[in-house]
Amino acid sequence: MEHKHKQAGLTDEAVVGMYETMLLTRRLDERMWLLNRSGKIPFVVSGQGQEAAQIGAAFALNREQDYILPYYRDFGVVLAFGMTVKDLMLAAFAKAEDPNSGGRQMPGHFGQKKNRIVTGSSPVTTQVPHAVGIALAAKMDQKPIVSLVTFGEGSSNQGDFHEGANFAGVHKLPVLFMCENNQYAISVPYDKQVASPRVSDRAAGYGMPGYTIDGNDPIAVYQCVKEAADRARRGEGPSLIETLTYRLTPHTSDDDDRSYRAAEEVSGAKEQDPLISFRSYVKEAGLLTDEREEELEKEIAAMINEATEYAEQAPYASPESALHFVYAESEQGAGE
Amino acid sequence: MAVISYIEAVTMALREEMERDQQVFVLGEDVGKKGGVFKATEGLYAQFGEDRVLDTPLAESAIAGVAIGAAMVGKRPVAEMQFADFIMPAVNQIISEAARIRYRSNNDWHCPIVIRAPYGGGIHGALYHSQSVEAIFANQPGLKIVMPSTPYDVKGLLKAAIRDEDPVLFFEHKKAYRSIKGEVPDDDYVLPIGKADVKRKGEDITVITYGLCVHFALQASEKLAQEGINAEIVDLRTVYPLDKETIIESASKTGKVLLVTEDNKEGSVMSEVAAIIAEHCLFDLDAPVQRLAGPDVPAMPYALPMEKYFMMSPEKVENAMRDLAEF
Repeated sequence: MEHKHKQAGLTDEAVVGMYETMLLTRRLDERMWLLNRSGKIPFVVSGQGQEAAQIGAAFALNREQDYILPYYRDFGVVLAFGMTVKDLMLAAFAKAEDPNSGGRQMPGHFGQKKNRIVTGSSPVTTQVPHAVGIALAAKMDQKPIVSLVTFGEGSSNQGDFHEGANFAGVHKLPVLFMCENNQYAISVPYDKQVASPRVSDRAAGYGMPGYTIDGNDPIAVYQCVKEAADRARRGEGPSLIETLTYRLTPHTSDDDDRSYRAAEEVSGAKEQDPLISFRSYVKEAGLLTDEREEELEKEIAAMINEATEYAEQAPYASPESALHFVYAESEQGAGE
Repeated sequence: MAVISYIEAVTMALREEMERDQQVFVLGEDVGKKGGVFKATEGLYAQFGEDRVLDTPLAESAIAGVAIGAAMVGKRPVAEMQFADFIMPAVNQIISEAARIRYRSNNDWHCPIVIRAPYGGGIHGALYHSQSVEAIFANQPGLKIVMPSTPYDVKGLLKAAIRDEDPVLFFEHKKAYRSIKGEVPDDDYVLPIGKADVKRKGEDITVITYGLCVHFALQASEKLAQEGINAEIVDLRTVYPLDKETIIESASKTGKVLLVTEDNKEGSVMSEVAAIIAEHCLFDLDAPVQRLAGPDVPAMPYALPMEKYFMMSPEKVENAMRDLAEF
């Protein structure tokens, strides 16, 4: 029987690439926690458990021209779009060379123009109308560009989600709304957040199709996002895709999730860990041997070690540089 | 040189900028076929089509947020808020996003949007169609706030705002829309954002103000001239960031300063102007700095006597100027 990824239009190479990116994302995330717990970096916000949704979606886009508007758990999305381990480590250490913000923002606030990763903030969901605006510009210029915006299920309650989705629906814009439903908005579970059984039910109100899919299956996510992107490029308008995932870590390094969810629930979810199931898939498909896996882990560990060392040694921006870039500056960088 | 109204200068600037630069487009509620509830965008839909004169759903945060997204990828959106009072749902987008995009990305991204909004009272607009909202935004580095008083300034400053590389809030006094007329050249010119304009030279007292109140101060100064009081009228034009140099120069020259705003008194733009004068001009002052402003009530009421009580007028300005001159 033909493998599932072939049916979804994915080459063997692409599937291996997806697995490698998922593994890199997880190992980097784990290292961030170690650095935090050993007192080297002040803060981590984590995406463990959501990598399949993130990487399945990113691989379904045209990574040479499409725009992404990630939210703070999207290590996987930004790595797939060209941000490097070193870039993310520089952000974790808040160093001058951090391409996201030069050490101005907390980690997890991604942005890198050269890779079309749009700068984000902390008030959730403000990026949704921006994605709609980028899609509007693409439509005006008749460019085959789509924007993908991600957010959590809690965020789907914000006015900016609803205003942005309606705008995109009315004007049939090439934007993909992807909810990474990880079941918790910090401590508050889904049934206390969203009145409808599914986030995707909300799509009907905005004249677009809505899908709820298994966020632990990167191939299913790839397929759904790819089809939605194709429709958007054909001028058929936006889609809302809800990926069902689970947040395997506390909300952030400052959160203790034991006060609001049972340990058994978390350990049950770890048995569904998408990294484990996807590893089995690529192995069964004959695309990954034990030897290659071992080698891959070594390569990733070396890359993360090198990035950690580099970022730790890298200089901070000078204190007075905090005064710059409030407004456009002249070439000399002195005032307006 | 043609004499046109304040609102015609808005339309002229928009049309010329849309003709000059294909990236400029207009979006907002009723701005398309209807040409806006005040008719500021009249004729643009017919000339440029629905793609560049976009009627949006009634949702202000999306109007601002969509404009921000488009601006980040090279467009030059000019968003209209139907009334300044209705900008509140968009405050998160304007302050958390537009004002911070360049700074938070360390100059990687920027956001050249213009948000136009009619503000101000004296048109029976009551609490929610009369407000001055500039003070809400006037402590947000990253934003620029322009509030012109004359048709000439409207055209030059709106063009400058559209060409500016950073977000600009452009507040237009709705009572000035048709009541204020002036000469406006047909040619392409821009005026500097961040620069005040001395609308009348004088030696005895300085009045610092902006928007419609500039005209009240000019009218009052003509009357007072007959009494031998020679007032200097400084039009701030940009209320954030302030033109400190012009403020300090004029305050130091006359030593008597009256600050006039239609906004509520406490925490207004004029509070900051007063602080600048206190910091820099203390030993040049011959009288305490005076503020003439709206009372500290939420906004102006609907009934005419109460509206007039709140609203600034040439008489109120004249009396305050005379009192200061006689100090």
